[in-house]
Amino acid sequence: MADILVYSEKADAALELVAKGREWAAELGLGLSAACLGAGAAEAASALAAHGADRIFVSDAAFDGLPADTVAAALAAAAAEAGATVVLIASTRRGKELGGRVAQKLGAGCVSDVNALTLEHGELVADRYAYGGATVAREVITTAVKVFAVMPKTFAVGDPVAGAGAVVPLPAPAASAVRVVGRRAKEGEAVDLTAAPRIVGVGRGFAARDDLRLGTELADALHAELACTKSLADFEWLPESRILGLSGAKTKPDLYLAVGVSGQIQHTVGVSSARLIAAVNTDKEAPIFALADYGIVGDLYAVVPALVAKLQSL
Amino acid sequence: MSLDIVVCVKTNPDAQMIRIKNREPVLEAIPYKVGDLEKNALEAALQLRDAAGGGTIRALTVVEGDRKIRETIKEALAMGADEAVIVADPALAGADQAGIAAALAAAVAKIGACDVLLFGEGSTDNYSGQVGARVAELLGWPQIGYAKKLALAGGGIEAERSMDEMIETLAAPLPVAVTVVSEINEPRPISLMNILKAGKKPVTEWTLADLGLDAVGAQKRIVSNLAEEQDRKHVLFAGAVDEQVDAFVNALVKEGVVGR
Ligand SMILES: Cc1cc2nc3c(=O)[nH]c(=O)nc-3n(C[C@H](O)[C@H](O)[C@H](O)COP(=O)(O)OP(=O)(O)OC[C@H]3O[C@@H](n4cnc5c(N)ncnc54)[C@H](O)[C@@H]3O)c2cc1C
Ligand SMILES: Nc1ncnc2c1ncn2[C@@H]1O[C@H](COP(=O)(O)O)[C@@H](O)[C@H]1O
Repeated sequence: MADILVYSEKADAALELVAKGREWAAELGLGLSAACLGAGAAEAASALAAHGADRIFVSDAAFDGLPADTVAAALAAAAAEAGATVVLIASTRRGKELGGRVAQKLGAGCVSDVNALTLEHGELVADRYAYGGATVAREVITTAVKVFAVMPKTFAVGDPVAGAGAVVPLPAPAASAVRVVGRRAKEGEAVDLTAAPRIVGVGRGFAARDDLRLGTELADALHAELACTKSLADFEWLPESRILGLSGAKTKPDLYLAVGVSGQIQHTVGVSSARLIAAVNTDKEAPIFALADYGIVGDLYAVVPALVAKLQSL
Repeated sequence: MSLDIVVCVKTNPDAQMIRIKNREPVLEAIPYKVGDLEKNALEAALQLRDAAGGGTIRALTVVEGDRKIRETIKEALAMGADEAVIVADPALAGADQAGIAAALAAAVAKIGACDVLLFGEGSTDNYSGQVGARVAELLGWPQIGYAKKLALAGGGIEAERSMDEMIETLAAPLPVAVTVVSEINEPRPISLMNILKAGKKPVTEWTLADLGLDAVGAQKRIVSNLAEEQDRKHVLFAGAVDEQVDAFVNALVKEGVVGR
């Protein structure tokens, strides 16, 4: 029997994929398998079984750091065992790098960063951004085995189901030459930009880190959340959790006010669904104005203090 | 120590120049340029080679057609790559990540001298992040994705990589495939002098047949590729700063997004 095979190193993301995989497996007459690898694999396996996986391939071998080469080898072994025709992986950074490697092993086509995956006339159609976010490509994989790396939270976790999946032990693959030397948590507070009704975005128009104070004051005056371009996160001026765009948050606020932001496509894809877009930029040719409802061509160092004063006087 | 590095460089349509007409992207007459993250990869190669004290840096690119590739790849040579290798073949038209990866892997094998193989974490237009992993698999090499810091250590490479929630430090022996993220460095600007010098650097061109490869067909079908509709007001306020700000805030108040 052919199967849909689900894997993620993140327990929640695996459950999301299992929920949707179960639905499609029923519709397509396939079985549903999952794989759990590394420390804690046995526990993760029972959660997946409780959510409807028919078979769970488990290896609690030392997958230290989950190196892409060994994880891909283990997953390919599970896919062969299950006769998997569809492999669903969560498109985390680990999942994305794994996707290419395992697809290559399986002779499979792969779509990564999938933000919608739908079953249409018996075919899985994957949506992802193309041209830096300028367009949305809808793609169908034509190889016998299909690998999709799907963004976490694309699907909801389902309810537990009756019946228990079978646990199938997986032999440990050859060790990777890659060794984990150390690990540390990323700095930066968690913010949910997608929940903010108003967002002020700051970019490289700010000449120094300290000047971001102006951005914060403006955000406060607007009762808005502060966000930024990738450039400022690269400088470590603001945490990655505040990036808007292709590699950050995709939001739909009532108001997005971009200050000192050029508005390149990889950024604006994160705000193009805003009800209103406004911008402050010295360059009247800046691409952000092509997307803006309201704009001020001017120097943020003069405009922002005046804006703050005006907003506070309301 | 001498370190030979191959940097996989893609030339992409300049995303900023893509116009949308009836929701369709218009790609005619769009300039092509070296991908943003591949510039980071080139900069990383230059720094690693300096640290090693010697070695050759080759920029490797795969294209289906002409795309003025000899011109565009000069950007990589002007940044400091010593040589360029171009795999150009009309049979690559329609190839997706698997086809590109097959050509890249075969070219790396033919080049032979490669201790570190560098990629961007994603290409500027596709951003699929697959090609590096596929090439590593084809070569049977270990891979390190999302490097934000690279150093030579213990005869191999040590990398800090930026994952979703953590910074992970990995060590790998050579040869190794590495993909880099944008925060790894600020690519050096290209001087006029170096553009002139770039014209004299060696450029090798191969076809798929030179690599012993047949065309690799596409593994995907594009159902559609359309832009979202955008309908914006495009109001710019003129006058002195205070006048601009007054009119701007009044407009936002009227829209009901600020004020009580
Ligand atoms: C694969 C890939 C993924 C990416 N993902 C993202 C992403 O998710 N999010 C993201 O943001 N970027 C992303 N980028 C980067 C993106 O392409 C741009 O480089 C980035 O968004 C530019 O940031 P910026 O607007 O802050 O800087 P710049 O482009 O340098 O723009 C600065 C702007 O400030 C203006 N300015 C300067 N001084 C002043 C002043 N005194 N007052 C007012 N205005 C001033 C300038 O006119 C200019 O328009 C990605 C890139 C790639 C290749
Ligand atoms: N046609 C190509 N020629 C050379 N290198 C490429 C090509 N396509 C992709 N790459 C490399 O693979 C990386 C990831 O590309 P992608 O999988 O398209 O996101 C890029 O940053 C490049 O380093």
